[in-house]
Amino acid sequence: MVTSELGTAGPTVAHDGQAAPVVEVDGLVKRYGTGDSAFTAVRGVSFAVYPGEIFGFLGPNGAGKTTTISVLCTLLRITEGTVRVARYDVARQPDDVRRSIGLIFQDPTLDNQLTAQENLDFHAFAYDVPAAEARERGRHLLELLELWDRRNDLVRTFSGGMKRRLEIARGLLHRPRVLFLDEPTQGLDPQTRALIWRYLLGLRQSDGVTLFMTTHYMDEAEYCDRIAIIDHGQIVALDTPDHLKAMVGGEVVTVRTDDNALAAREIAARWGLEAQVHGAELRLEVARGDEFVPELVRALTPRVEAISVNRPTLDDVFMKLTGRAIRDEESSDVDRMRQFGRAWGGRR
Amino acid sequence: MSVDVRGATGVGIVEARRPSRARAAVRGAYIIWYRDLLRWWRDRQRIIPSLFQPILYLFVFGVGLGSAIGMGMSGGRAGAAPGGVDYTTFMYPGVLAMSVLFTAIFSSMSIVWDREFGFLKEIQVAPIPRTAVAVGKALGGSTVAMLQSAVLLLLAPVVGVAVSPGMVLAMLVLMFLLAFALAALGVAIASRMRTMEGFQVVMNFVLMPLLFLSGAFFPLQGLPGWLAVLTHLDPVAYAVDAMRRVVLSATAAPPEVLRALAITDPSGAPLPILAEVAILLAFIAVGLTLAVRWFGATE
Repeated sequence: MVTSELGTAGPTVAHDGQAAPVVEVDGLVKRYGTGDSAFTAVRGVSFAVYPGEIFGFLGPNGAGKTTTISVLCTLLRITEGTVRVARYDVARQPDDVRRSIGLIFQDPTLDNQLTAQENLDFHAFAYDVPAAEARERGRHLLELLELWDRRNDLVRTFSGGMKRRLEIARGLLHRPRVLFLDEPTQGLDPQTRALIWRYLLGLRQSDGVTLFMTTHYMDEAEYCDRIAIIDHGQIVALDTPDHLKAMVGGEVVTVRTDDNALAAREIAARWGLEAQVHGAELRLEVARGDEFVPELVRALTPRVEAISVNRPTLDDVFMKLTGRAIRDEESSDVDRMRQFGRAWGGRR
Repeated sequence: MSVDVRGATGVGIVEARRPSRARAAVRGAYIIWYRDLLRWWRDRQRIIPSLFQPILYLFVFGVGLGSAIGMGMSGGRAGAAPGGVDYTTFMYPGVLAMSVLFTAIFSSMSIVWDREFGFLKEIQVAPIPRTAVAVGKALGGSTVAMLQSAVLLLLAPVVGVAVSPGMVLAMLVLMFLLAFALAALGVAIASRMRTMEGFQVVMNFVLMPLLFLSGAFFPLQGLPGWLAVLTHLDPVAYAVDAMRRVVLSATAAPPEVLRALAITDPSGAPLPILAEVAILLAFIAVGLTLAVRWFGATE
């Protein structure tokens, strides 16, 4: 198990060694409630994010991702520790922090009764962006996100993907130092998700904005320069996606037999490998999967029903670190409920 | 390559614009107020239908009840002037106050709506002081309530009230004061409410008592002691009384009737309108304090 001390280690990529961090978190603890009913959602998290980086928080639902992002965005008070965003102290200078950041939440935060342009106007005025600059910047962003033609339509008539794009435009309107994205593509279909990411990567290129995101989608985490894997309110690993995947030795062999328990014992006895039970399957990490599989099939007493070899994914990393898969049944249920709720909410 | 640069200076960091707190507060309150008005105007086709209920009260309930109690009202106090006031005319300021009451509270409670649909977060993370958000919301709700209820002033001639610029102005001021007190209360309540279901509770335990105790539908004179005490605690009562005096002075009603209907001080003399305005201002102060405190406490 990698300890959370990794979280405080210096960054390894994605900055030139000159820039000061744009987000600095030191020993952050967030506790809800007091006394016996107290619940600690974040248990001592430390990390730094550097300008121009895409920094990801990866973990299952309930790991403390949204709580952390809410603290960073001044929406929740800090219990212990210090957080600085764009050099401002989150606890003491919340208004300065708010001016320096853009936010995209899990659920839409647009006014459906207003047009896209009116939503941008509200934002520009609230953030004190000069009118001429707001017009110009708004047009630039709307064109970039392919919403310019729809700018005078009520947001009510927008699809989920269009709303998300409008929120990205709005979040960047006041030229924030950091754009925070909490599960930015949750509930969107795969094509729309890919499209949103194309825009985000393009914006990083053109505007040099720093992205801080949370996700429980593995493929989404792959876009990050660095990833902090979070579980039970603690960072269990922090590194580039490639380095994280290198933590898993070689390749992952997944095998299903008619007697997994016996198979696991035989594997341990013969190769000294520890097989992790994952549902009806066993998982093994081996150096060369293609050479190992024939041996395994020959040697096992139980009948092999299915077998596969894969390059390690971030899910395997999470599995190795925590012994659990990142998307367990419970979290998919929550997802389904959220989507159901959204469907109903959208009808009003 | 692994470099620890946490000690490095902030090279290349652009200082964010830092407007003063006062400027941020004024701009914030303004844009929140403006959004409420924009949304109201966008929904303007709903203004005419929303007049249906007050009109129903005035002409069906008012005329019906008026005939039941014998059309003419003597002010309900022994020895009051004869001649009296037509019941619909008596009820007219009450219906105006009712419209203000409902519109103001529901407009400002749209905070709950904003929470449900997420827009509240956009407001909460904006660099707007919490106090400015609460004030802007209360101003928005009260402006909408005043404008919407002002449409009912068009009915004045129908109930025998002469329309003059002075009368309209006085009514708008009183309606705004009442609306602001109630909208502030609405913001305070909404800050404590998490779900839409709370609306029904607020209807039952806040709106209806405020309305029934206000003297909108019956004179507050000659009531049993316990009821008289409750009516004096209702801010709406002072607004209804002030509005009724403005309305009745624009009719043929004799001054004795006006005096007989008015809320009195402990010595039995009618309260001056300015005293009633002062009481409304006090209620505004209380409502706004609660609104700012409770809204500021939302985490």
